[in-house]
Amino acid sequence: MKVTIDGIQIEVPKGTTILQAARMIGPEVAPPAMCYYSSLKTSGGYCRTCIVKVTQGSSANPSPIPKPVASCRTEVMDGMVVENNINAELLEARKGVVEFLLINHPLDCPVCDQAGECKLQDLGYGHGSAATRFEFKRREYEAIDIGDKIKLHMNRCILCYRCVKVAEQITDNRVHGVISRGDSSEISTYIENIIDNDFSGNVIDVCPVGALTDKTFRFKQRVWFTKPVDAHRNCDKCSGKTRVWLKGEEVVRVTARKDQWDEVEEFICNSCRYDYKKTSDWVIEGPSPIHRNSVISQNHYQHLNELKLQALKQQNALGFMPLDKKP
Amino acid sequence: MSNQIHGAQHFDKSKRLEIKFSEDVMQIAQSIISRYPQGKQKSALLPILHLAQAEFGGWLSPETMDYVASILKIKSIEVFEVASFYSMFNLKPMGKCILEICQTSSCWLNGAEDIVKYIEKKLNIKVGETTEDGMFSIKVVECLGSCGTSPMLQCGASYHENLTFAKVDTLIENYKSESKRKSYTDLDYKNTL
Amino acid sequence: MGKKLLIHNDKVPGINTLEVYRIHGGYSSVEKALKTMTPDQVTDEVKKSGLRGRGGAGFPTGLKWSFLAKPEGVERYLVCNADESEPGTFKDRYLMEKIPHALIEGMITSSFALGAKTSYIYIRGEYFYVARILEIALAEAYAAGWLGKNILGTNFSHDCFIQVGAGAYICGEETALLESLEGKRGNPRIKPPFPAVAGLWGCPTVVNNVETIAAVCPIINMGGEEYAKIGIGKSTGTKLISASGHINKPGVYEIELGLPVEEFIYSEHYCSGIRNGKKLKAVVAGGSSVPILPTELILKTAKGEPRLMSYESLSDGGFQTGTMLGSGGFIVMDEDTSIVKNLFTFTRFYHHESCGQCSPCREGTGWMEKILQKFLNGTAIESDVELLWDIQSKIEGKTICPLGEAAAWPVAAAIRHFKQEFLDIAKNKKFIDISHYNRLNKIVA
Repeated sequence: MKVTIDGIQIEVPKGTTILQAARMIGPEVAPPAMCYYSSLKTSGGYCRTCIVKVTQGSSANPSPIPKPVASCRTEVMDGMVVENNINAELLEARKGVVEFLLINHPLDCPVCDQAGECKLQDLGYGHGSAATRFEFKRREYEAIDIGDKIKLHMNRCILCYRCVKVAEQITDNRVHGVISRGDSSEISTYIENIIDNDFSGNVIDVCPVGALTDKTFRFKQRVWFTKPVDAHRNCDKCSGKTRVWLKGEEVVRVTARKDQWDEVEEFICNSCRYDYKKTSDWVIEGPSPIHRNSVISQNHYQHLNELKLQALKQQNALGFMPLDKKP
Repeated sequence: MSNQIHGAQHFDKSKRLEIKFSEDVMQIAQSIISRYPQGKQKSALLPILHLAQAEFGGWLSPETMDYVASILKIKSIEVFEVASFYSMFNLKPMGKCILEICQTSSCWLNGAEDIVKYIEKKLNIKVGETTEDGMFSIKVVECLGSCGTSPMLQCGASYHENLTFAKVDTLIENYKSESKRKSYTDLDYKNTL
Repeated sequence: MGKKLLIHNDKVPGINTLEVYRIHGGYSSVEKALKTMTPDQVTDEVKKSGLRGRGGAGFPTGLKWSFLAKPEGVERYLVCNADESEPGTFKDRYLMEKIPHALIEGMITSSFALGAKTSYIYIRGEYFYVARILEIALAEAYAAGWLGKNILGTNFSHDCFIQVGAGAYICGEETALLESLEGKRGNPRIKPPFPAVAGLWGCPTVVNNVETIAAVCPIINMGGEEYAKIGIGKSTGTKLISASGHINKPGVYEIELGLPVEEFIYSEHYCSGIRNGKKLKAVVAGGSSVPILPTELILKTAKGEPRLMSYESLSDGGFQTGTMLGSGGFIVMDEDTSIVKNLFTFTRFYHHESCGQCSPCREGTGWMEKILQKFLNGTAIESDVELLWDIQSKIEGKTICPLGEAAAWPVAAAIRHFKQEFLDIAKNKKFIDISHYNRLNKIVA
């Protein structure tokens, strides 16, 4: 199936979503996504940041789709033409979505552990306005523990449902979910339950904002003062392939590895995440690929362009070659 | 946030009560479940929650939600997610008579605000509160489909329409004196669900 | 007075019982369909009738039925949407309360056409007493053999069940309704797939409004072509209109589509004019989500033609000068009504009813309510009008389900047609609800 996104045509297999097709072309045309997560079934569709304009439905039925569509949940049709970054009206609409996500989000980045690796920060920077038009009191909740190692700051949550889907799809007992409705909706465990199973820590990794944070890492270190390296160990519960965050020789945090779209490559178990905090516990493979625009990469790596090239080559090897790369 | 629910997190486990449907109510529950295909028993959640709320004091306590989860063989969080979504389920104890006054357009056009003020003054409580004797709670609600007979209020399953101050006086007196009115169960769920 | 097909017998004593309903011709569509027609023939009659969904969207019913996937060995379902919750709308409640068998008859005939062995009536929880009336009618229908195994000795067997909701406007959206029917939160699904392909429990499902299903009975009885002769143009048949607000005779009226709006408001057969001899100010013609129109535009189109109660005439002029027939919730406001305050009640409603799944609706509805509250407090400034306009435009079309539009349209229309009212409040720094004393007179009496 051929699909054209921002003037660039690509051939993709049937069943590919617009977002996936755009990612195959590259970051220049890929829409931002706050709730979609490729490894989690039925994720996406909620945040609406990935909306795009379909100016031609398909070759067979060329009429445009009147409303913007969520690219993460819309499959491409043969001959579909999509506009993302080249459509000013769409960018204005996305700016509106970003504003909606921010009006009730606290301005506590200076004290938020997610700062530096927060998707909402990136989104606000790339697609938002500098000033807020929301003059009312923001929603407020108390921060609570929803497990001995997980802190929930509901104030910061953007209700992406990713953590709920992780609990449902990769753990054996979901005890938390979204309760209430409308703008009173919140993430909550059932009454006094806590999230406690071998894979619970993954809810932290999939959270795009600072709503779910690792209590063992809270306030220890600003993420940009740490150095992420890819490492592994033999583990009988998971692949043991992780990202170990170092401060000097000290292991300050262990997370799953993430790809260039900031999605977890392989979910890891709680033992790997919490129990092995010595460098000697790990076989270190080398520096983690971090986007050169990220604050985390500042002053740590020189060869990022090389890494980026490697990633592109990998993609091409998978057969997703951009067919017609116009400027 | 006044409607924050996870305050319920501090629920005292040691005070849990034993909750169980009587045999005849259990039969109703089973007949509700049988309306859905095998394996789709979760579909019975809404009607069973109505039944449980009517049976166990007009609200859904954690014990009640756990019990419903066990009947339907689903997780308690699934019950909690649903119970907190729908406005007819109460997650805290309410008065025996909940006076639910509609406040949307047509009812407002015909004076719902004055009815609310009148009832507040008469019962000496505000919207969202319950009288000291636990008899009445006042709630404002959104459109109940009684626009042509507005203003109106709902109490249990009964619609009280074309309200005037005099009608409000009468209905409150009636609810007070109705000794047979035991609780929320006046909805007669047993014979309907 | 035009033809009546649905509630012509509403005043007959005992019409809620099977016995009386039957004496007045009830269940004849089931007899005709099951004994003399094939399911496809029933669908064809509905197609020919031009019947359009009466819940609000106005989608052609026959076409919707023809989309139903029919894979071998997979159950199909008919689900009746009786979750009537659009402010200003109470016609389904009236129909079910007065003539419950009309719905049940329609459910059987429609299910026969669709090949559905089981159907569900999802009724809003607040209509609990109506559900009870329906339960009694269902029991009568089962006892008389209209439901159950081998109806009228044919191969067609059918079970119909009622499920009560529990208070959520969003469950009127068909995929949210299906979620609710499955015992879940009423969160609308992301489409596609549409219910016709994957609906209830993943099976092909048709969801129809109460009035739509009831209208199938007269269509089968008289034939689709005869039905299509009633009404005007593509607005065929009759429609139940819920009339409320500042009129002398509020209530449910069955009209032949094409009736002039002016006649509907002022004729003694219908609303009988504005109460207390006041003048008409504005009308919300099709339930709270459709654009409000001022007197000059509701009585006549922008071209100066008389505005008719039909899908086409009401939407003549687009949203610039027109509105929609919607669910037929007809809310009339007199000259003393504050459009701003009325809009506030709508916006509060949509804020309360947003499911919270997608960000524009979850965050935007509450924001608009807060700004409108500023107008009622007298603290709004002129630029708040522009801000409101901008917010609604950023909700519209960006959401998973139509609740986004439903919340945005009333705001846009109020500003489009009554901007001065907003500006006056902002300028004078105070809001006075002038109609208060009129209303008080009514309820003190």
